[in-house]
Amino acid sequence: MTPMGGTTEMEIGLGHYLVVSAILLVLGIFGIFMNRKNVIIILMSVELILLAVNINFVAFSAWLNDLNGQIFAMFVLTVAAAEAAIGLAILVIYFRNRGSIEVEEISTLKG
Amino acid sequence: MIAALAFYAFAFVLVASAVMVVTARNPVHSVLFLILAFFNASALFLLIGAEFLAMILVIVYVGAVAVLFLFVVMMLDIDFARLREGFQRYAPVGAVIGGILFLELVLVLAGWRFTDMAADLRLAPNPVGAVSNTAALGRVLYTDYVFLFQAAGLILLVAMIGAIVLTHRERVGTRRQVIADQVGRTGSVVLQNVAIGAGVSPGSILRPPPKDAPKAVEHHDTHGGHH
Repeated sequence: MTPMGGTTEMEIGLGHYLVVSAILLVLGIFGIFMNRKNVIIILMSVELILLAVNINFVAFSAWLNDLNGQIFAMFVLTVAAAEAAIGLAILVIYFRNRGSIEVEEISTLKG
Repeated sequence: MIAALAFYAFAFVLVASAVMVVTARNPVHSVLFLILAFFNASALFLLIGAEFLAMILVIVYVGAVAVLFLFVVMMLDIDFARLREGFQRYAPVGAVIGGILFLELVLVLAGWRFTDMAADLRLAPNPVGAVSNTAALGRVLYTDYVFLFQAAGLILLVAMIGAIVLTHRERVGTRRQVIADQVGRTGSVVLQNVAIGAGVSPGSILRPPPKDAPKAVEHHDTHGGHH
């Protein structure tokens, strides 16, 4: 098997999905750098990164005809949901205490 | 042919909405574009044959996570203009690092290949055609991965309890109903034996006003409006 899945002219193979996933991952990391101050956008970027991971899992699962990839994509989904809930809860109490969500000001634990 | 066109359409909208998520001025727009991105990713999953995961993606991400984001963005009164101050300053750094990362990923994509034993190394081969995607996933999930499944449930439980514990606050100054106090109170209610039909005292009961009393209605005829 070739890395790109041995695709013909107009057929969608594994490589197409991997490229989409790579673009999503890079966009997520780019978003974290761009919005250094806004925790909400950073959390959304993390969701984008996890979505890229899921697309990778599902693409390989479909290409290899192995269900394990989809199972693990479900676990990634679980962890993503838990992470979003906890992250947003921390965000809400931080905003309640400080009146701002600027990441660069979060240094209370530094002592 | 149709599938290829559908893939390119969904992939394009997915990437475009992901770009909008990280660059939109208004975080509410960011969340809405995130929802669009999730819908398109779900369509990509459908195209590749992972129907169950596509539906779960819509339910979990669009139905729960994105709505949670939307609530938080709209609930907090944040000065978003101030948060975007460093946007131009950080963009070059982000672009450079993103470019390097993408280059590395392209190198990896161009250089790797499956091992010859890839087909033999599968742990749960997909019974294509025999059962639906959902049933096949369930057969694997509830047998081989039942403990991981339970652990995932525990993770969700801990996350739920954690979110509640974090955001729950005891409000001072609110008056709550204390059943024990109500049951235990004595002496404040006086019971007396009154003559039948007489009442305690004539004016002690507040009655509703008579129904046929004309209500004072102001007419704004001079304004000429229809309301």
